[in-house]
Amino acid sequence: MGGMVNMGPLAPEAAEPVFHHGWEARVHAMTVASPTRGNIDAGRHQRELIPGPQYLAMSYYEKWFTSLKALLLKHALVSPAELAGGKADPKAPKATPRLAADAVTAAMTAQGSYVREAAPPQFSVGEAVRARNLNPPGHTRLPRYVRGRRGLVTARHGAHVFPDSNAHGKGEDPRPLYTVRFAATELWGPDAHPKDSVSLDLWEPYLERA
Amino acid sequence: MALRVKALESLLVEKGLVDAAALDAIVDHFEHKVGPRNGARVVARAWSDPAFRDRLRADATAAIAELGFMGRQGEHMVAVENTPTTHNLVVCTLCSCYPWPVLGLPPVWYKSAPYRSRAVIDPRGVLKEFGTELADDVEVRVWDSTAEVRYLVIPERPPATEALSEDELAALVTRDGMIGTTRL
Repeated sequence: MGGMVNMGPLAPEAAEPVFHHGWEARVHAMTVASPTRGNIDAGRHQRELIPGPQYLAMSYYEKWFTSLKALLLKHALVSPAELAGGKADPKAPKATPRLAADAVTAAMTAQGSYVREAAPPQFSVGEAVRARNLNPPGHTRLPRYVRGRRGLVTARHGAHVFPDSNAHGKGEDPRPLYTVRFAATELWGPDAHPKDSVSLDLWEPYLERA
Repeated sequence: MALRVKALESLLVEKGLVDAAALDAIVDHFEHKVGPRNGARVVARAWSDPAFRDRLRADATAAIAELGFMGRQGEHMVAVENTPTTHNLVVCTLCSCYPWPVLGLPPVWYKSAPYRSRAVIDPRGVLKEFGTELADDVEVRVWDSTAEVRYLVIPERPPATEALSEDELAALVTRDGMIGTTRL
């Protein structure tokens, strides 16, 4: 939706609580603790599968709740009958929770990394690149508003897990990640402010030499 | 919603997929242990300790970890510094990416369609709605968090704060100042 302008007021709230309702906190915690949490890209993709009109009408944690249920079904961790009835099938094996209460702080503060070993990057800092005009049927982190636009590489971040592959369970397929700066005028035309820019973090398969 | 969520939680607990006490601990973590007070300490340290500021520029993840802030959604940190001629603004147009260890969970407006859609095309209009008017010669740099890199804005140190301690400086730093929607 980046680049659309008529989505309504920004509506900042004074002294906003972390969660507005107890159920929001439980949805957040269940999503974080669920065995489906391992693949962050699959979780994002699941939320993107909510049809657009519903996606825009739902609150944030309604989207999380919908996606959590869908992922639990997809991984066969709960059955449709269990979800509908709210009771575990007495014949189903009982799992052991992967995340215990005394392990939560360590799990939240463990310093992970999405950097992996991979082939060296093709582009250098300062080099002009173009975001390719790609429209894949599945998950991607290449926003529509930069496709086909020209920018400059301003940083390299090593090779990171590639969401377009990882979201679909096809492996991490790490690819070099770059920060690319696009002039606002390149993205939005001559009426944009001449000094302004938008920078994005883009994987090498999204880019070509310009 | 509350009843449906409760029903799912009961089912997941019954099946052994989640532990209710672990859920309590997660809620406590996000309500009490992370939040913008952490980020404010990073900013105050950057203002008062030039060697720390250098380390923050070179490797923000490691520098922030010196203060004990690390973990999920803070794995790859970059600090972007405001100056008299440059203003930084952070958004995630694709979802709700936000540096949890230093800012906690994002406010509703940050993860809602109006901000996600407009921040990239009309940053000055968005800033104005937050009461932030920028001169025409100030460059606005918008950072769209499309990967696992997370951005923290280091606001300009307010004038006449030379005598303040690091704790007093941290008290001046706001969440919106570290997202970039306001200046201090």
